[in-house]
Amino acid sequence: MARSTSKDAQALFRSLISAYAATPTNLKIIDLYVMFAISTALIQVAYMAIVGSFPFNSFLSGLLSCIGTAVLAVCLRIQVNKENKEFKDLPPSVLLLTLSSAI
Amino acid sequence: MAALDTANGSSLRQAFGNVLAFFILVLIGIIAFSIRLFSVIKYESVIHEFDPYFNYRVTQFLTKNGIYDFWNWFDDRTWYPLGRVIGGTVYPGLTLTAGTMWWILNSFNIPLSVETVCVFTAPVFSAFAAWATYLLTKEVKGTGAGLTAAALLAMVPSYISRSVAGSYDNEAVAIFALIFTFYLYVKALNTGSLFYATLNAISYFYMVCSWGGYTFIINLIPMHVLLCIITGRYSSRLYVAYAPLVVLGTLLAALVPVVGFNAVMTSEHFASFLVFIILHVVALVYYIRGIVSPKMFKVAVTLVVSVGLAVCFAVAAVLLALVASSPTKGWSGRSLSLLDPTYASKYIPIIASVSEHQPPTWPSYFMDINVLAFLVPAGIVACFFPLSDASSFVVLYIVTSIYFSGVMVRLMLVLAPAACIMSGIALSEAFAAFTRSIKFQLLGQSETSQSDPGDTSSCSIETQNDVAKTNKNEDPIKERPSKRNKKKEKEKEKQKEKEPVEKSSMKSQIGKRLLVLPLEASLIALILLVLLCGFYVVHCVWAAAEAYSAPSIVLTSHTHDGMHVFDDFREGYAWLRHNTDVDDKVASWWDYGYQTTAMANRTVIVDNNTWNNTHIATVGTAMSSPEKAAWEIFSSLDVKYVLVVFGGLVGYPSDDINKFLWMVRIGGGVFPHIREPDYLRDGQYRIDSQATPTMLNCLMYKLSYYRFVETDGKGFDRVRRTEIGKKYFKLTHFDEVFTSHHWMVRIYKLKPPKNRIRGKTKKSKSKAGSASSKRSRTQKRNPWH
Repeated sequence: MARSTSKDAQALFRSLISAYAATPTNLKIIDLYVMFAISTALIQVAYMAIVGSFPFNSFLSGLLSCIGTAVLAVCLRIQVNKENKEFKDLPPSVLLLTLSSAI
Repeated sequence: MAALDTANGSSLRQAFGNVLAFFILVLIGIIAFSIRLFSVIKYESVIHEFDPYFNYRVTQFLTKNGIYDFWNWFDDRTWYPLGRVIGGTVYPGLTLTAGTMWWILNSFNIPLSVETVCVFTAPVFSAFAAWATYLLTKEVKGTGAGLTAAALLAMVPSYISRSVAGSYDNEAVAIFALIFTFYLYVKALNTGSLFYATLNAISYFYMVCSWGGYTFIINLIPMHVLLCIITGRYSSRLYVAYAPLVVLGTLLAALVPVVGFNAVMTSEHFASFLVFIILHVVALVYYIRGIVSPKMFKVAVTLVVSVGLAVCFAVAAVLLALVASSPTKGWSGRSLSLLDPTYASKYIPIIASVSEHQPPTWPSYFMDINVLAFLVPAGIVACFFPLSDASSFVVLYIVTSIYFSGVMVRLMLVLAPAACIMSGIALSEAFAAFTRSIKFQLLGQSETSQSDPGDTSSCSIETQNDVAKTNKNEDPIKERPSKRNKKKEKEKEKQKEKEPVEKSSMKSQIGKRLLVLPLEASLIALILLVLLCGFYVVHCVWAAAEAYSAPSIVLTSHTHDGMHVFDDFREGYAWLRHNTDVDDKVASWWDYGYQTTAMANRTVIVDNNTWNNTHIATVGTAMSSPEKAAWEIFSSLDVKYVLVVFGGLVGYPSDDINKFLWMVRIGGGVFPHIREPDYLRDGQYRIDSQATPTMLNCLMYKLSYYRFVETDGKGFDRVRRTEIGKKYFKLTHFDEVFTSHHWMVRIYKLKPPKNRIRGKTKKSKSKAGSASSKRSRTQKRNPWH
């Protein structure tokens, strides 16, 4: 039982990696950016846990702006993804404009 | 040939329709503005009630001193000796909006005074709110429904009651911000555009600035997102509409000083964060399902469920422990009283004592939203054909707002836009069905083709079965909402009218056959609908003119020899302003605090903000104590003048004697020597000869009825409808300095303590009257012990 689940887990893992490798390069760049933003947020949370949350304003603003950039980048990825059927007719310039206005 | 003609014809018709819609919107704005002007026409351009006077004073300060001073303002003329941090405890949206309008007008050299701008802010923003309703309903159902909903909102009495010209309160701009935020959310949901999502966050920020009711938005939108996820309507547009709103909205909400860190720490916001996390989980699940084969997906699900659930429970347990450790589970008092309506009456009597926080009565529903009460269920049904994200949102909106309006009568205001949207949808669908029938009938007659007007259905048996099936489906749906309204016969009429709508929409899905009603029936129904709208308009204008335009600072009564005006309040405040020193402190019940600081420009002890219960309880105790003890309390607060409102001579029912039991309860909540049963005779509140001695000796009784017997010889109180108990008495510690024309405002001055005490030693002071001098010779007794 355990062995089958671990074998399944490995198979799953490999299939995930192979499927992800198939995504186009521009989407992978956006994903990298999202990872970067989230890791910055995690670093801030770890720092707060260690040092204490005294200027709570700065903790809150830093955390929320990191999460915000991550969310906005995900939105951009959603809208740029060619496989996404609902967004196929927007020119890229419009998307960049909306993203920049949000940031 | 025919196609080209229809193409040209349809584009011309569309252009004509757009121009017509534009003019209709302009007219709707004019209606919304002018129906709120009754108070200015009947009385004068004056600020109404109590809360608007505070907002007016804050706006005056803003226009005089600029925004930096306003942001850091510490007001020392209220809540003496505590003061109040205005910059951090006021919702700045309204004052900043009015201040901006005044500044813009003045920079164009149009010299409107601040008061005029404040008085007319509410009508202007109600016109904007009507246009926002048009936009929102257009997103849900189309232009026709939008125009109808906007016209209904321009006139709905519930909204008029809080936004007449002169009612300069937060709701005047907050309702506009609410509807506009909802419109931008629905638009972002429909189009999936990040631009509208950003605008949505900015509009939400404006709402947070304006009103404490913004928690409604930040809980309704997550509820709707959850509903969409659960019903399987997740899409990436949902993500784009919701996720930026949460992050940007929380950031912006934390910018407003009143909210500050509450944006992330109080339970009112937790729903949005929870749904944010759930949304990300769902998005991840959909993404993995998209890139992985189905067998692998099943494996992934089992793995995640086994591991993830354990982690989830751990985190949730930690969070619950944190929240449960606080006594109110992290909710504020006002929000708790919405969820548990009995909470305020048990724990916070001040919240329970405000008349706006009581549950509404059934007649008030009919008074406030009138005909819309019947049209709302029809609109809810119409939203299900077809069910889209936007229509599920408005259905959720109206259901939650109906619940909240049942808890607190003040929240009928939040129900009004939802009711207008639903009714607009219902009316427009009904009109569409009837006009389609009429057009089909007329065209059918001119072409001399198939059906004679007697036919009620097109000519196949299959459609008869469909008709029967849709009838059966709709009847149970409509039975449940129909239980909610009172006039069942109107509901049956609506059912009959809705049937052709549902049949026609079903038809348009199955085939392209139109179902029509007989010509006479649809004509009559159309006329009846127009008559219904006529009744609505008549009621709204009557409500605006008679019921909701009273400024409550000026009272009128109609006697047989004309109209009599009672301007006692302004008379009293003007006397205070001109006959006392600038630094004199005035004590009164908290209702009159805002008006006293704004109009009389004197420092008060307590005002309508009611943020410090102990301070209010101190004033309440003083009003309930005998003269000597009250004098001690007041002089420890540096009070020079005491103001009471008395309606017994003219029959004004909202005077201080009627509010006195609340003073006793609130005072007794903090100082246990004040007991409510001491003031009641056999559980009844009386002020006549059967009243208890505690009641007859308390300060409120004495200050209200001092010399009252001189007016008619018998001391007959017109409000309580009895003669008063103690008629002839003198005041030992207070001097009467002012009584207004109709005895409604009475101002008393504290007598300074005696300079010299007769008699030297304790032995000579055996009389009862010397008890006071003995106490003043020894340490002044601390009223807090």
